[in-house]
Amino acid sequence: MARFLIRRILLGVLVMWLVTVLVFIIFFIGPGPGAVARTLAGKSATPQIVALVARRLQLDRPAYVQYGHFLWLLLHGNLGYSYYHDQSVNSVIAAAFPITLSLVVGAAIIWVVLGVLSGILSAVRSRSIWDRTFTTLALIFYSIPTFVLGFLLLLVFYYEFTIHGLALVPGSGYVSLTTNPGGWLRSLILPWVTLALVSAATYTRLTRGSMLDVLGDDYIRTARAKGLSERRVIFRHALRSALTPVVTQFGIDVATLFGGAIITEEVFGLPGLGYTAVQSNFQEDLPVVIGVVIVTAAAVVTASIVVDIVYAILDPRVRLH
Amino acid sequence: MTNLPGSEDLIVGVGVQDEHAGPPIAEGEAARKIEGRSPWRLAIERLRHDRAAMISLGFIVFVVLIAIFAPLVGVITGHGVFEQFRTTGLSPDGTPVGPSAHFLMGTDDQGRDIMVRIAYGARISMIVAIVATGLTVGIGAVVGLAAGYFGKLLDTILARLVDLLLAIPFLLLAISLASIWHPGLTVVIVVIGILGWASVGRIVRGQVLSIREKEYIEAARSLGAGPWRIIFVDILPNVIAPIIVYTSLLIPVTIVAEASLSFLGVGIPPPTADWGQMISESSAYYANGVWWFLLFPSLALVFTTIAFNILGDGVRDAFDPRGDKLFV
Repeated sequence: MARFLIRRILLGVLVMWLVTVLVFIIFFIGPGPGAVARTLAGKSATPQIVALVARRLQLDRPAYVQYGHFLWLLLHGNLGYSYYHDQSVNSVIAAAFPITLSLVVGAAIIWVVLGVLSGILSAVRSRSIWDRTFTTLALIFYSIPTFVLGFLLLLVFYYEFTIHGLALVPGSGYVSLTTNPGGWLRSLILPWVTLALVSAATYTRLTRGSMLDVLGDDYIRTARAKGLSERRVIFRHALRSALTPVVTQFGIDVATLFGGAIITEEVFGLPGLGYTAVQSNFQEDLPVVIGVVIVTAAAVVTASIVVDIVYAILDPRVRLH
Repeated sequence: MTNLPGSEDLIVGVGVQDEHAGPPIAEGEAARKIEGRSPWRLAIERLRHDRAAMISLGFIVFVVLIAIFAPLVGVITGHGVFEQFRTTGLSPDGTPVGPSAHFLMGTDDQGRDIMVRIAYGARISMIVAIVATGLTVGIGAVVGLAAGYFGKLLDTILARLVDLLLAIPFLLLAISLASIWHPGLTVVIVVIGILGWASVGRIVRGQVLSIREKEYIEAARSLGAGPWRIIFVDILPNVIAPIIVYTSLLIPVTIVAEASLSFLGVGIPPPTADWGQMISESSAYYANGVWWFLLFPSLALVFTTIAFNILGDGVRDAFDPRGDKLFV
């Protein structure tokens, strides 16, 4: 187990290193010599700031020195400086993070409950009207792009309700949990539902498929033969092993969404990490984009390590490969 | 055959005209020809009996025709795709006007005919669906074949590349690339192609790993065939079915990816008509009751992706009737 752990972590470090190389190539080599400082300095940068950026990042030195400097700062937890915002990238990201966290955690709870329950029901009552309904809904929500669903929900629950005197939810923006818990809930309910519905579809299918597989196994027949109640057979015996692929998918999805809930954040004007990355792109504030990419990649890599370890604990055969 | 409980019966029944597959052949029918059918024909026949898939295919053909003949829609309505109707297409206070006999789907924020722009937008979606998906699958197939066949170092490099691509969310990476390249159709296609091949590569590699050990590969090698000949002549035909299945499921993903990039403003730049971009522009107006600007491009996008998903599901079922369907 220790060897597996070490190998898995080293692999994660390798991938993170590759991420930094890719980021360096895109942002420090991509714009071409002479243009790098300009693109990193932000839209409204004066020539002085551009010169300052070039000096601070040692852009007059060879590429490998620049990369070394970039990596050195990263290893010290320094994601760089946003000249557009005039503050460190770390603090820009720290300000955006709670918003993304609220969005992703809330949505994840909804989609897991929806997806797993509908998946179980579909598998247990295979080919029933429930199964048909859920698979049709899964098809629709799987096919509908996030921003389309988001806007359609806004059109109905924000616009139509508000003009009829029922101002339940705001059209956009974020209210922090500490200032106003009620406002926080209202600002997040539609984003949660949007993100949860588009994600739940995958989980419905995943749970249904693996549940159907498991229900055909011998040990389920044994459990039934022992005279256990159907509820106990499904929730205690079948669900436990049927959930393994769901857990894997969940770990990766949540991590990816920390940087990838971009669309939901854009639609609902929630200034989380993804929204910040998009705005920074238009403000030519690329250090922030770099920061979000690195932080997200670190989250995904860490999550995949955790998922693999959990998997190895659950299933000893994995460790051997 | 979508809703039949026993879709397995079909393949059993076809392969072996077995004893319990229906009534015994009557004397008069004995002349009925028993002909061998290739797996391809079987798959196509199964697909043709899939009603949902055929309806979806019909819709897709319709969208493709709209895309090809988009200028005709312009001619019939008399409205150009870039033409701004400042007097008839905008209300006195400069907001879009709703659906009417003159503008069937209303106008957008610049007084242009939304129906005409949706027709032109279909062009972008279909071009991306074909070219970007083709590029993704092409890169993925070549890399997967090479990695699976040569193994060792190349395989390790591929595995790390895949890890790398999966570590950074697609849209975030696409935004990064868009920040140094100027957005446009070519960039969108290339970005989707470079970032999307990883999953195809993995699937193909897995298939190649098992085929590589088969006797006929050994036979080919002992006859003096070179590695590339073996890969393309002996292995490729055997992995083409999973590639086709995956391609059909990838198309709607690609369409949504393009629309998402355009929605975020890093895809197809205005004034080119594009569904994602139209939905993005409409977002400033829905709160004024301008629902048509949002609704019609959204419906075009959603119906198209649903149709491709159902067709893809049908294609998969046709090639692998025992496998789990994504959607019943």
